Amino acid sequence: MAEPKSITITVDGKSLSAPAGTLLIEACKAVGIEVPSFCYYPGLSLQAACRMCLVRIEKMPKLQTACTVQITDGMVVTSDSDEVRQARKSMIELLLGNHPLDCPVCDAGGECELQDMTFKYGAAESRYMEGKLHKEEQQWSPVVYFDRPRCILCYRCVRACGEGMDVWALGVQNRGSSSVIAPNQGDHLECEECGMCIDICPVGALTSGAYRYKTRPWEMKHVGTICTHCGDGCKTTLGMRRSDTGMDIVRGDNRDKSGINGDFLCIKGRYAFDYFDHKDRLRHPLIRRNGQLTQATWEEALEHVGKRLKEIRDTQGGQAIGVIGSNRTTNEENYLLQKFARTVLGTNNIDHHRTTDFAGFARAITGKQNATATMRDVATASSILLIGNDPTEQHPLLAWNIRSNVRLNRAKLFIVNSRPIKLRRQAAAFLQVPEGRESKFVAFLNGDDTAAGSLTSPAVSNDSLKQVRDQLRGAQDPIIIFGSELRGADIAALVKFGSGVRAMFICLGDYANSRGAADMGLYPDLFPGYVAADGPHNFNEEWGKVPQVKGMDIAGMMQAAKDRKLAALYVVGSNPVTDYSFDPAALQNAFVVVQELFLTETALLAEVVFPAASAYEKAGTFTNTCGDIQLLKKAGEISSVRSDFEIIVRVADRMGADTKKLVPFGKGVHADMGQSRGAQSGEADRHAVWLTANNLDPRLSPFDPMAILDEIQRLVPGYEFSRLNLIAGNDEHVTAAEHSNAGAGNGLVQIVPANDSLFTSGTLGRYSHTLNSVIENRRSTESKEVMAD
Amino acid sequence: MADLVSHPDETRVVSQRFGKGAADINRHLELDGYKAVQKALQMQPDDIINEVKTSNLRGRGGAGFSTGMKWAFVPKQSDKPKYILVNGDESEPGTCKDRLILEHDPHSVIEGVVIAGLAVGAKVGYVYIRGEYRYLVDIMRKAIADAYAKGFLGKNIFGSGKDFDVHWHTGAGAYEVGEESALMESLEGKRGIPRIRPPFPAIVGLWGGPTVINNVETLASVPHIILMGGQKFADYGPPKNGGTRLFCLSGHINKPGVYELPLGYPLKKMIYEVGGGIPNGRKLKAVVPGGSSTFVLTAEEADQMNMDFDSFSKRGEFLGSGGVVVLDDQTCMVKFALRVMKFYQHESCGWCIPCREGTDWLKKTLTRFHAGGGLKKDIDNIKYLAQNMLGRTFCPLGDAAAIPTMSIVDKWRSEFEAHLEGRPCPFEPEGSRTISELPVIA
Ligand SMILES: Cc1cc2nc3c(=O)[nH]c(=O)nc-3n(C[C@H](O)[C@H](O)[C@H](O)COP(=O)(O)O)c2cc1C
Ligand code: SF4
Ligand code: SF4
Ligand code: SF4
Ligand code: SF4
Ligand code: FES
Repeated sequence: MAEPKSITITVDGKSLSAPAGTLLIEACKAVGIEVPSFCYYPGLSLQAACRMCLVRIEKMPKLQTACTVQITDGMVVTSDSDEVRQARKSMIELLLGNHPLDCPVCDAGGECELQDMTFKYGAAESRYMEGKLHKEEQQWSPVVYFDRPRCILCYRCVRACGEGMDVWALGVQNRGSSSVIAPNQGDHLECEECGMCIDICPVGALTSGAYRYKTRPWEMKHVGTICTHCGDGCKTTLGMRRSDTGMDIVRGDNRDKSGINGDFLCIKGRYAFDYFDHKDRLRHPLIRRNGQLTQATWEEALEHVGKRLKEIRDTQGGQAIGVIGSNRTTNEENYLLQKFARTVLGTNNIDHHRTTDFAGFARAITGKQNATATMRDVATASSILLIGNDPTEQHPLLAWNIRSNVRLNRAKLFIVNSRPIKLRRQAAAFLQVPEGRESKFVAFLNGDDTAAGSLTSPAVSNDSLKQVRDQLRGAQDPIIIFGSELRGADIAALVKFGSGVRAMFICLGDYANSRGAADMGLYPDLFPGYVAADGPHNFNEEWGKVPQVKGMDIAGMMQAAKDRKLAALYVVGSNPVTDYSFDPAALQNAFVVVQELFLTETALLAEVVFPAASAYEKAGTFTNTCGDIQLLKKAGEISSVRSDFEIIVRVADRMGADTKKLVPFGKGVHADMGQSRGAQSGEADRHAVWLTANNLDPRLSPFDPMAILDEIQRLVPGYEFSRLNLIAGNDEHVTAAEHSNAGAGNGLVQIVPANDSLFTSGTLGRYSHTLNSVIENRRSTESKEVMAD
Repeated sequence: MADLVSHPDETRVVSQRFGKGAADINRHLELDGYKAVQKALQMQPDDIINEVKTSNLRGRGGAGFSTGMKWAFVPKQSDKPKYILVNGDESEPGTCKDRLILEHDPHSVIEGVVIAGLAVGAKVGYVYIRGEYRYLVDIMRKAIADAYAKGFLGKNIFGSGKDFDVHWHTGAGAYEVGEESALMESLEGKRGIPRIRPPFPAIVGLWGGPTVINNVETLASVPHIILMGGQKFADYGPPKNGGTRLFCLSGHINKPGVYELPLGYPLKKMIYEVGGGIPNGRKLKAVVPGGSSTFVLTAEEADQMNMDFDSFSKRGEFLGSGGVVVLDDQTCMVKFALRVMKFYQHESCGWCIPCREGTDWLKKTLTRFHAGGGLKKDIDNIKYLAQNMLGRTFCPLGDAAAIPTMSIVDKWRSEFEAHLEGRPCPFEPEGSRTISELPVIA
């Protein structure tokens, strides 16, 4: 597309240039002239309803709405004059006329656009004497409440829900001053409960069931971090307050809009942090005594674990120990865990809950440049092929970006899926193929016309298959996205096709850091950066001796346990008993250690359970399913839990390992194992920006995850991102997969997709009050797709 | 059925078939019906447009835009189908002429639609009829069916090789859908709220296709223009104000009714001669010249006015929709302002702040005021509110509410003052209440 030509206009005597077609309000914004607006919202359809943005344009008889007028060459605009000021003031007066002005008890008080506009444009005295229109507040769902009198009818909620979410749950009823926002189902919502409508509401008309009346906005501290649920990695701003147990997260939103998710958060990002203070949260270590898990001190638990693991290693060797890592812990923790397994426990028996074939993907794209797309790319690519998965349910941000791209940029979306997933509504072509035949489609893409036979159906003709293939062959730099339906050789075949059209790929995995777990080498056969354990590598030199043979994967460990060959199982943030149907009986004689937030099915079998910090209580980095890495910021602390990072270091210490080798902190500073709180929690981060910028070493503690990030960046190819940029809260793209030397795969690997829906999120989701209340609420109502307007 | 009236000064063009049973297609044919379409089928599209331009026909819906120009805006080439949309939502208070056309001569509207279609290259027309005009829907439905049966609509009309379809549609009772873009929304099955312009309907209209939207009377004039020639039609009225117009006389007048008079006809003569003057020997106080949305004239102003578009636009005012409402000297102008505002408050679609909130507060304030609870500052507040609506709303309905209000406060301020501080309405002393019975005063 040719860039539109730049044209020049004059606003308040200032001359400014912007591309032809730019809306006047945006052109003004770009040079710092604020034109007030309520109904205008970038990326949503234009309304011209609130009339706040009226300006004078020369040669036009009336004031014009800057939100709808496109600039034209030589346009002369007055945005600040008595006339314009008076127009703005009168709009506010009219809005306040029926407004309850219950600011002192309104959730939005202090961060309300109506308050701010009144403050700025004035309308302090009322001209009206009659009673205000009133309507009772309504609850539409567990998370959405509506207070009509506060509503200024800007229709942002209606558009965010319809245009943005493609849910179309909200509409306008009645007319004139009786106009009212209402759920299309009458008195309640049957929707995705994303809370977008609440977040986008400029006033306190829509409020959140999880947050309302809990705090005044200015009493919160805001922490920008990452959502801990799916693999998309939305940036969230947590509203924090202090509480008896140390901290309270009162709100999740995305006010700063700078993240890969822009405006977006799904229900989980917005509300499902609430598992962190569930009453069942583990608050002290547990040791099995007389068959019962009983409360213990950290000292006892660490001592016991350190001693037993050392014993087992020294007597039976590392092969007798298995380690299962997490796809929810940080990159630093994952890296540390496998380094601990390989250098301290002396085993390659390490794996994690694999929800997709990242290793197969790495093999397929090894050596290619620009082979992986970022989440941001999805919002701008000119065409997208989606094979498998249901992003609306499993990757809500990805789905949002796809929808936005189709809506705003007319991107072409091609979908191949065995189910009629909702994104088909945005698709240029939707091919519903029989379950399990996704790989046949890949073969067809690569020119195997015989594959078409197993794909066609009354809804999918040979011609439609060919048409899609032709369009994809002619596509410009498409993005190809695939779910766990494609594995191993199928991914390689898909990459082969994609390379011909300069495609970039996204491999979809579940949970917040499953890509990070893969990149960091939580594999029995792969070291960090998908380096083959039995191939050439320099980890011996870096870490000292590491086991040369491939270890056991989860299935292997399970078999070994059955055969009584597994003496110990060390589990961090994972629940193999449920996820992999790991046989509890087989673990009876093994020494099982679990680091967890809750007493999961696996933790119940443990000898020792360590209460771990949640992702809100520690710092580090997460890599999302696309390979976008972001900083997890510590939001606060709750008493008597410790980060997985710290627990691993302490266990290693008790085993007599050299912690300085494990975590290369400080230069010549003696390890102070007593110091932990500040450093493990990432408080060093704040100084780190300055220290790193000045080339100084900020690492003072073995519990500082930044220390190991140094090593990750040094040893994992593709992780050479700008640390400063990351610390500043931005996202960076990592390309470990492109740099792998993974070699041939070991045949079929055991992949168990999480199959989470919008309202579930593995173990943690089970402890979210909000998710549970929404699920509970939905049992009574059958939800259907609503037609787009 | 509305009673028909007549006056010797009338020039019967559009109303020439009124009262002659022309809703029946055969009767219509006896009265030169469908000749104009056949003539137009022989003409080049541009020639049709030029004929209409020559006629100086200006929109009868209220805005008075040149019909020929409007048609000429429609692009010749279009990927999307083009449409003709007849605005029969007639809801402007005081206006009741389109219903007579639809009742007495529905085929003239169908003919007008087809001719407009030939001119701009549309093949489909919609006749949108105000929801409350239920009985007219039956008449129009039959007229359309009869025209299909005769081969005047449908495939290969009049054997010309051209196709044309006409559909009817009925509203659900909203004044606002008379506004052309809200009309399109309503026809598309959505809430009746206006659209952002540009793009204008001639470029992007119904379902995204170029669309001509004309008033019933406008289109009913077209067949006559084609038959008699544009120049003859133009000559009925003063320069640039071609033809005749159906004026709807109502209010305090002896012979109310719809009269077809040439544009430019003096208002004074219309009231005293055509309308037979004011009943009960009372005097004229005010005239609403063209539906409630127009500036209200004092008796003195009314004496001077000629009823054509330019005579009004010269004063920065509007001729409006043809609804002439006469008010005698026993009329309370505060009550009148209130009555008008009740209408707009009820009909505001609610989309934009100034109209939605402004009409509501004006209604509330005027209600209290008329009941005697007015304060001095209210008079200025009423004007202030109206002024701050004028020119700032999303569609002209807001202006329509502000205009009569402003002119009434300006011209009859003394009547407002007479209501102040609990004084009973001077025009209805018997019926007025004591101050304790008044609505809320803060
Ligand atoms: C609030 C409002 C109501 C209107 N109602 C009508 C109506 O009932 N009938 C009509 O023909 N035009 C009505 N109009 C004018 C139309 O928008 C439009 O100008 C007209 O239909 C164009 O046809 P014309 O050029 O033949 O007059 C209304 C305009 C507004 C702003
Ligand atoms: S919560 Fe989300 S899906 Fe539900 S109404 Fe609001 S915007 Fe729509
Ligand atoms: S509820 Fe909020 S977002 Fe929705 S229209 Fe009202 S003010 Fe706007
Ligand atoms: S889309 Fe994923 S990362 Fe984003 S808020 Fe939802 S669960 Fe969290
Ligand atoms: S002025 Fe605004 S509220 Fe009034 S009818 Fe028009 S769009 Fe609706
Ligand atoms: S921002 Fe322009 S009208 Fe609302």
